[in-house]
Parts: sequence; C-alpha cells; structure tokens
Amino acid sequence: MTFWQSQKKLLASAALVAMAGALALSAPVQAATLRMAWAQDATGLDPHKQTAFPSLRLLELVYEPLVRLDPNLTIVPAIADSWEFAADGLTLTFKLNPNAKFHNGEAVTSADVKASFERILDEATGAVTRANFLSISSIDTPNAGTVVFHLSQPDVPLLTAMTDINAAIVPASEIAAGSIGTKAIGSGPFKLDSWEPNSKEVLSANADWAGGKVGVEGINISVLPDETAILAAMRTGQIDFALLNDPLVATLVPREQNLQLNRQAGLSYNVLQLNPSRSPMTELGVRQAISCAIDRQEVLDTALVGEGKVTGPLTIPAYATDPKELFCYTPDLAKAKQLMADAGHADGFTATVIAATGEPPVATAEAQVIQSQLAEIGIKLNIETMELNVYVDRWLKGDFDMAVALNGGRADPYTMYNRYWTKDGNLQKVSNYTDDTLDSLLKEGRVETDIAKRKEIFAQFEKHLAEVSPWVWLSAPYTYTAQQKSVQGFQSSPTGTLFGLTKVTVAQ
Amino acid sequence: MNYVTQRLITFPLILLGVSVLVFVAIRLVPGDAITAMLGTEAGLLTPQQRLSLASYFGIDQPWPIQYWHWLTGLFRGDLGISVTYGKPVLDIILERFPLTLELAILSMIIALLVGIPAGIYAATHSEKPSDLIVRIVAMLGQSTPNFVVGLLIIYFLSVGFGVLPTLGSAASLWQDPLANLSQLIFPAITLGFAFAASVTRISRSAMLDVLRDDYVRTARAKGVPTRRTIWRHAFPNALIPVVTLCGVEFGYLLGGAVIVEQIFALPGLGRMVLDAISQRDYALVQGSVLFVALNFLIVNLLVDLAYVAIDPRIRLGGQ
Repeated sequence: MTFWQSQKKLLASAALVAMAGALALSAPVQAATLRMAWAQDATGLDPHKQTAFPSLRLLELVYEPLVRLDPNLTIVPAIADSWEFAADGLTLTFKLNPNAKFHNGEAVTSADVKASFERILDEATGAVTRANFLSISSIDTPNAGTVVFHLSQPDVPLLTAMTDINAAIVPASEIAAGSIGTKAIGSGPFKLDSWEPNSKEVLSANADWAGGKVGVEGINISVLPDETAILAAMRTGQIDFALLNDPLVATLVPREQNLQLNRQAGLSYNVLQLNPSRSPMTELGVRQAISCAIDRQEVLDTALVGEGKVTGPLTIPAYATDPKELFCYTPDLAKAKQLMADAGHADGFTATVIAATGEPPVATAEAQVIQSQLAEIGIKLNIETMELNVYVDRWLKGDFDMAVALNGGRADPYTMYNRYWTKDGNLQKVSNYTDDTLDSLLKEGRVETDIAKRKEIFAQFEKHLAEVSPWVWLSAPYTYTAQQKSVQGFQSSPTGTLFGLTKVTVAQ
Repeated sequence: MNYVTQRLITFPLILLGVSVLVFVAIRLVPGDAITAMLGTEAGLLTPQQRLSLASYFGIDQPWPIQYWHWLTGLFRGDLGISVTYGKPVLDIILERFPLTLELAILSMIIALLVGIPAGIYAATHSEKPSDLIVRIVAMLGQSTPNFVVGLLIIYFLSVGFGVLPTLGSAASLWQDPLANLSQLIFPAITLGFAFAASVTRISRSAMLDVLRDDYVRTARAKGVPTRRTIWRHAFPNALIPVVTLCGVEFGYLLGGAVIVEQIFALPGLGRMVLDAISQRDYALVQGSVLFVALNFLIVNLLVDLAYVAIDPRIRLGGQ
C-alpha cells in the first residue's frame, strides 16, 4: 500500500468513526425527567447568601420561604398556611403548614423559622437580605406551628421581602451543624441530588412535598455557556427546557417548529445611571436634557430588537405609572437643547459611560444607541466596556460618569428603591442623589397599610424621580424560557422564578 | 551534568516565578470573590458582614501572608480549597485534565494526519495549481477563528442533520469510548482545523528548504526513486520545525482550549480556569495556572528530547 493509499484509508476510517459517533449521539429519552439548560450556573447553595440569578432559580426549587409570590405577584402560602399583621402593625404572626417536611424527613417547625431568621440577621452570616429584615426586633415561637415576629416599627414591605428565597427556611439542625451551603436540605419540591459547579445539577422530585405532587420525576440541568449551542441542543431534542438571556438568540426560537418561546415581562430594568455627584450631571437641567434627548423606544427597538417595553422607575404592574405621563418620555430635542443652553452647556461636554461585557448581552448596544442620541445635544460619550466583576467594582464605588445597567427589581417598590433613594440607603454611594421628597415618600410608603394610598404615594414618588432624573430609566426587558412543545404546563412569573416547573409534564 | 537533570533543576524556580505572578495578577484585577458572588448586591453588606465573608473566602489576610500560606501548602501537595466547588483544587484539576489531554491529543492527531501530507504534497508540487490550492486552504484555516468553525459545525449538524454530540458533560473514554469519541471528535476537528493549517504551512516550507539541499540533489542524481528521496532522506530533516510547532501548540492546548470548550460545553481545564477567573476563585486560578505551567515545561523538555531522536547530529546541553 502506498503512503497516499494508507492516508486515504486513515481519513476514511476517521470519517467513519465521526459518523458512527454522530449516529450514537441522541441518547434514549427518559420520559419524565426534564432536561434543562442554562448558560450561567448557580454560584453556591446557601439560600441566605446567594444573589445571582441562576442561584436563586435553583434554590427556589429546593428551598421554600414562609410565603411566596404567584405569577400575579400576589402573596400565597408556602411553608406558612396563613399570616396576619396585628392592628398596630407591630407583630406579624404565621401559622405553619403541619405537613411541611425537610428533605431529611424532619418536620418544619417554628424553631427552624426562628433559627433561619436569626441566621439572616446575624452579621457574621453575611446575608445581604438582612437589610430587608432590620425591623424584626424579636421572634417568638408559642408552639411548633406558630411563629410571631415582633417589629420595631410598622413595615409593610416585610411580608413581600419574606417571599424571597433569600428568606428561605432551613433546618435549625443544619445551621447548628454549620452545613448550610455545603448540603442543600430544604423543604421544596425538588431534592438536589448532585451539583457539579459550572457543569450540571441533578434534581429529583420530592415525593413528600407539602405543596402536592410534582409533574416530573426530576430535572437535569446542564450548563451550556453558549446560548447558540443551547438553541442547537433544543433543535435536536437534546434539551427540553432552557433559560435564555440574549434576545438575539431568543427571537430565533419561534422559527423552530417544535419549540416554543415564553416571553415574560420582568421586574428588572435597563437604565442609564447618571452620576449626579459629577459635574455637569450635578445640574438638574443637564440631567433633564439627557432624559429628554434619549428616545427610549429607539433604544429598545435597536439594542433590544424591540424585546421589552419602555418603563418608568417602577416595573411592578400594580404600581407602575403609564410611562407616557412621566417627564420627557416623549423625546424632545428642542427642549433638551434649551435645557443644556440654560445650564450653560450649549456646546455640550464629554463624558464616559461604563458597561459590562455581555451582562446584559445588550449593554454595549444600548450604550452605542445612547451615544448617538446624546451626540445630538453635543454630548460626546465615550463607551468603556469591561468584565462584569470590574464593572461591579467601579459601580459600587460610584466611579463613573454614567453607567448602563440592568438592575434587578423587587415586588415591592420600597424594597426595590429604598437602597438608592432614601437618605440612609445602602447604595447612596452609587446613586449619589436623594432629596427630601424621595426620602419622605419612600418612608411613608413603608408604613402605609392602605393599598390605594400606598399606590398614590408611589405614583408621586415615581413621577418625581423621573423628573429629577438622577437616572434615565429605559426599558423592562423580557426574560425568556424556551421549551419543546411536548413540555406542558409551565407558567412563568415576573420574578423570573422557575417554580412553575413543579406543574410541568413532559409528553412522550 | 546531564541535560535533563539541568532542566529539571530549573523547573521549581520557574514555577516559583509563575506562582508569584499569578498570585499577584489575579488579585490586581478589580473585584473579589464577594463581588463575584453577590454582584451589585454586595453594596448592601455592612462592614461587619463584608469582613466575615472575606474571612470565609480567605481573603481577609494581607497578601504576603496569604501567599505564604499558599506556598507552604504547595510543598505539602495542597493547592488549597476551591470556594466554588468546595473541594481541593488538585482534585478538580485532575478531574478535568483527562478530557483536556484527550482533546489536545486528538486535535494534534488530526492536524498531523492532514497537515504533514498536505504540506509535503504542496512542496513537491511547488508552484503548481495544486500547491496554490493547498496554500489557499491553509491560509483560510489559519485565519478563521475557531469559534466560527465551532459554531458553524454546531449549526450544520443541528440544522442539516438534526444531530449534535451531547453537550454539557463528557462520557468517560474508558467506560464509553464511542460516546466519548462522538463528543470529542467535533471539538477536535474545530481545534485541529487551524492547527492543521499551521502544520501544512510549516511542513511545506521546511520541505522546500530541504529539497534544495545538496544531499537531496545527490540522492536524486544517484537515481534514488523520488518517493524514497522524499520520505527517507528529506522528510526526517523537514520534521524538526513541525516538532517545534507541535510542542508549542500542544503546550497551549494543555492549558485548555477555552473557546472550544465553551462552545461545546466541555468540562475541560480551559473552561474551568475561565469560570474560576470570573468567579474570582483565587485558589483554583492559582492552582490550575501552576499546573498548566508545569505541563508546558514538561512538553518543552519532551520536544527537546524529540530533536535528538529525529536528528542524531543535535546534542543537547551545548556539549
């Protein structure tokens, strides 16, 4: 055999191996286990500490808070069957579901609830969510099924804060053993059988779940860092259900015959944060000019390919004002130029906007559209993109002229914004702005129990915030899940939770 | 002193230098494990909370003390604990390494099987249309980024054929070789594509040089058949630059093919390091960079030894 012949043979056998491999690719489908994929993995298992989106989504399947939010953002029972604020708003009493059990077989008792909240409040834990529970002065456990929270002041948003998985109830025994974060023993619909960080999670349905029967036997989550590859894996039927971030990938899903895209308007918001401590953004006229010069719909249509909706500061449907009624939501270049001239900046100025690479995927595109829009009123914007952690570091120090951000929302306007706009807000260093009106409206909203009055307070808050323009709110992007059409019964939620997977069935 | 011993003695010194470099570099990048875990929510931490998290992540001590702890651990074979995985760094590296090694070997095999014959064919048909075609294809191969090749492969497989290797995890080579190969063949082709192009170009030019040498002319004049001239006389001498190239490329590949592992979601070393950097898992970054550096040193030593095997005229150690 000549050299060339042997080469041909070798190549041919390599091709054969490749083809044989390709044929052996699709593994047999196990009916009731949902094969799920996401691009970014959870970063840890301690429900009180984790704040990354995928971590919360994973932990919501394993752990349970006292109460949870349904897709309409109404508070519904989880571990607690019922709850009641005292007339003076200074005590909050929960009755626990007697059937609630942890994955280790122990019943969930008031002692576990007390231990969990004490862990959150203990500074040594390092739980970020502690800031939402500072009004709790003491916790009583009159019996195994009753918990009483005593508050130092009326705190209406407290109950909504308790729906967060960061307020999950964990076994007191595991806290004592110091194993929270290494083992995941919750009372939720799924047990975490294994976790290989940045690679995969294996979950099995919890047959003893007090919430009822789960529709699938389990969920296998694969971490596929490239969303194009997720789409390809769904196309070939390798994945049943996926979380998607990038609108450019998500909008390709409906083109596939067997796939379905679920769009959900979320609570998070894209925003151009101005830094009012830096000249000339110190001046109201300049900030307002920027707000008037920006065509939010165009930013949405161009950078997000129209995937989302223009929003004011409040993204919670029950509280949100129609954006058209907010200051300069109809772009007005003439007014913008006038405001710039009145502020003594008729010739514009130069500023730098920071954006994180790929986080969100549309950040750079947004910055580019804004750059061209602000050029119209003489503002020369330099775009500085950087790795997410570097960005976060700069952001936390307030070290920017302007920042393109995707900030998370909350189901309660007080919890969502008190960190930025009250005088003692933890993120004053980032927002660098507050005034008496914002501060007092937020504080009024915190203690007001009458829903109609509360809505009125936050409507005023939103209107004022848009007018003083420390930031320019742009849009509420959609969050996406994609699924095979054989997957039935999933309901998404504005909070982004995947709790709806408990109702899902997979048809063969 | 023998050459190999000489080289082996320099290894610890080089590794020490690498250890300082990586230790400092990863800490100079803004952000830490706390901001990596909490993102912007980290702003809600009280100073006391921040301190207790810093102590949890082992970043509360001054740098020199942290480095000293790490270094003394290294001498005991302890590379530290990864905060993301909650496991010893060495265990994680050893779990990930076989896949990376296999991918590197597979793509090198592909590159050599395609590149060497193509290069020699082009050299022996120099300035003919077939040579031009090989050169154009090689140029294309070298200038196409591997994420483009990878995504195109995924696209054509999934759209054109409705199949795709299982993404996300890798079957073990020993337990299920067929599944393992079906998962690795496409990433290996992706990597091997550009690698093969370089091999083609290098072996073509090396072969052209050698073919102009006197001894080849002499062999031809004596009436040695062309094929024998090429393979017996010219080829071994044309191989030296190819070996050099392979050594360097292979060293890189052992550090993990980050982009290809990312696209095909393979749990290899490269993707692990990338994740570790973005999660500011200092111990894991330090441990794996050190491991990769060691690989590089070993591969380079092997390349040097290969020179001697190929060309007995070469003497190592300058004697």
